[in-house]
Amino acid sequence: MPVQSDDLPGLSSLIKATPPAIRSGGVLTRIMKCAAVVGSLLVAACGGGPDDSSRSESRLPVGGPSGTELAEQQVIHIGNGAEPQTLDPHRAEGVPSSNILRNLFEGLTLEAANGDVIPGAAESWEISDDALLYTFHMRPDGRWSNGDPVTAADFEFGLRRSVDPKTLSYYASILGPIKNAEQIILGELPAEALGVEAVDDLTLVIRLNGPTPYLPGLLNHNVAYPVHAGSVEKYGNRFARPGNLVGNGAYVLDEWVVQDYIKLVRNRNYRDDAKSHIEEAYFYPTENQDAELKRFRAGEFDVTEQVPYQQLDWIRKNLGDDLVIAPYLGSYYFGYNVTRPPFKDNAPLRKALAMVIDREIITERITGAGEIPAYGWVPPVTGYTGQQVEWASWTQEERNAEAQRLYAEAGYSEENPLSVEILYNTNENHKRLSVAIASMWKQTLGVEATLVNQEWKVFLETRRRKETTEVFRAGWIGDYNDAFTFSQLRYSRNEMNHSGYASPAYDALLERAAMESDPVARAKVMEESERLLLADMPVIPLYFYVSKHLVKPWVGGRQTNIMDHHHLKDFYILKH
Amino acid sequence: MLRFAIRRFLGAIPTLLILIGLAFCLIRLAPGGPFDSEKQLPPDIEANLRQAYHLDEPLYQQFARYIGNLARGDFGPSFQYRDFSVTELIQSGFPVSLRLGGFAMLLALIVGVVAGTIAALRQNSSSDHVVMAVSMTGISIPNFVMAPLMILVFAVHLGWLPAGGLGDGGFRNMLLPVISLALPQIAFISRLTRGSMIEVLRSNYIRTARAQGLSTRAIIFTHALKPALLPVVSYLGPATAAVITGSVVIEQIFGVPGLGRYFVQGALNRDYTLVMGVVVFYGILIIVFNFLVDLIYGFLDPRLKV
Repeated sequence: MPVQSDDLPGLSSLIKATPPAIRSGGVLTRIMKCAAVVGSLLVAACGGGPDDSSRSESRLPVGGPSGTELAEQQVIHIGNGAEPQTLDPHRAEGVPSSNILRNLFEGLTLEAANGDVIPGAAESWEISDDALLYTFHMRPDGRWSNGDPVTAADFEFGLRRSVDPKTLSYYASILGPIKNAEQIILGELPAEALGVEAVDDLTLVIRLNGPTPYLPGLLNHNVAYPVHAGSVEKYGNRFARPGNLVGNGAYVLDEWVVQDYIKLVRNRNYRDDAKSHIEEAYFYPTENQDAELKRFRAGEFDVTEQVPYQQLDWIRKNLGDDLVIAPYLGSYYFGYNVTRPPFKDNAPLRKALAMVIDREIITERITGAGEIPAYGWVPPVTGYTGQQVEWASWTQEERNAEAQRLYAEAGYSEENPLSVEILYNTNENHKRLSVAIASMWKQTLGVEATLVNQEWKVFLETRRRKETTEVFRAGWIGDYNDAFTFSQLRYSRNEMNHSGYASPAYDALLERAAMESDPVARAKVMEESERLLLADMPVIPLYFYVSKHLVKPWVGGRQTNIMDHHHLKDFYILKH
Repeated sequence: MLRFAIRRFLGAIPTLLILIGLAFCLIRLAPGGPFDSEKQLPPDIEANLRQAYHLDEPLYQQFARYIGNLARGDFGPSFQYRDFSVTELIQSGFPVSLRLGGFAMLLALIVGVVAGTIAALRQNSSSDHVVMAVSMTGISIPNFVMAPLMILVFAVHLGWLPAGGLGDGGFRNMLLPVISLALPQIAFISRLTRGSMIEVLRSNYIRTARAQGLSTRAIIFTHALKPALLPVVSYLGPATAAVITGSVVIEQIFGVPGLGRYFVQGALNRDYTLVMGVVVFYGILIIVFNFLVDLIYGFLDPRLKV
């Protein structure tokens, strides 16, 4: 999944942190002090102390005396990053649109608040012995927001539409495990050939190319959502606009003012509507993280999409109770271009550079939100034991010594240092990290690193071409909770394999894993592939992401999970 | 008068065509395309997309198609906001920017001209120094510092005004963005007014008026203000066009759904049609405003009557 939020350059870097310069004091004193700051042309803004922020001192305890009383108005305001490109589940891509789509549509499967995959529009399913055939049993009480029943045929229609090249879906390729999906996407077969069949109204059969233990999780992705055939036929590509959109999720689209807000209201026809609490939800585009923070402090947002890195210290001190940080299924890494010298066929050099990077310093001093130092490629996922490089347990001194040996073995020395270019997309955080890594390389090995930054789209093209890149930054957020979403990135024919790594042995292991029906044996094969990858080291894993949000204390029912997926139907607002 | 207007607008057509041609080529020259993202598309799907948006055609054909659609008032579909056409985006964004920018320019004009006139009349006095110091501050402190500062003070700490969003478009939501937009304009207009007013006040006919015993008020309002406003008016044309088409900084900081964001985001996303749409729209506005400026010039300066 594209890592949009911290990849696009924002204004945030222009506006420096707001130190808690002024503690308490009356309104007048505050105005005067602020005025003094303006007068003296200090750029630093007047920050608020813990006791003079937007919170009122005389407020009742959240949730009333019992702590569980609900607020009368069940309305929630959520910062949502960028403006979604579309709310057509099959043409949408990226985190902001899927945050909203999750509430408008329901896949065959669903996630509980803690991220576990649970039955969604299907109440149960069976898997054949060879794990190539899934039979889903639909809920008889499933309803579209216009009252029509949700049937197996709706899913058949939806999945076919998703892979149909005419739909122009950006993301349909992740449905590749379904029989014939790849050929349909490439236009070699008609959409009707897809291995999805509605046997009757309540029974749906999905045929697969190989055992895909993560299929239930995958079916919760927006490209696998059903769409209402009648409204798609009636409105064409405009079916996903307010007034036209018919969904089967817990909420319906009420208003969409581009760049202002998207408003959802309860879907009274939803099968499980009785359990929902939130009546109205507003999602706001918030490209500017500092602005988002201010609107949160002013009480306009209940949940933010991001937390500005530069202000983390201030937030920890002053809004610590609202800061919610949790492990996130993402990997931040540097890649080597292994199709060109100096990194082509040069594993010792690749390892040497990877070893001297002190990841603890990076996660503590540079990112600092609790990111997990990465010594392996796959972040912690269910049913998989993450592998680590053998030097993960060494001290940094031991790593440095070994790196110096490998560096010399690769033919470099103080007199003949390696010159290397680090490419990253223009962004303050990537810059700080690249500077730190370049200086670690310089200090321990004497490597002469040059930093090159490019605007996002230019960067993407340069990196894809592999003609000039040497070392580049990258990030990847898993599309589903399975190691394969990471392993497949380094498959030789994957378009996103920007390091150009092509190892027949690695490819063979992935292919074997794809055909393995025993989940334990499959995990073993995948773990072996990760060990191979780490031995070849075409990438330098740096850290695993965390999700960072500010959440008001009265937002109930929201649990952290590794995918950072949340459903409005689980939320409620406590009295405050 | 009518002949003048027709001549001006016919003359504007080649300017617009050159503008469209330049923008059309420049945005396509930028590396990276509208369909590049971290999630790389399979080549066949990208080919389908290019075909759907006619990007597979030769450049001249694309240009001809664009001009043809434009002549019918169709700006084409947005590549980024896939459910919307560029026309719809401009239709929803422009009224917001127009309202914010219109109020901001009005405020800037009133405050700027009054402050500049006072400063000119009391040249080198303390009130002159105060006005000039404030306006210098307004010019030197950029929007992206001033706006968050005002939000911190008035929204976060005092809680008097909302920190962002358009809400119902009422006074409370408009106030901070309008002031942020107006501040640098106030600063500039007051300096312009002061400069030209000082010059006018030194001219012979003003001295004659004084010698004839006219009151200061009569001198200022009937004789000095009109010529002193000439440079302000010529600044106002393009400045108004710029301000009412929105400011990306102000719109992002206040979360206001105006047109300004589309300038920058369209370019960042390589949303060719959106960038072209706002450029053409902005170009037309500049031409219209420059025309209005010429009309006002004729009114202010009898020597330039058309």
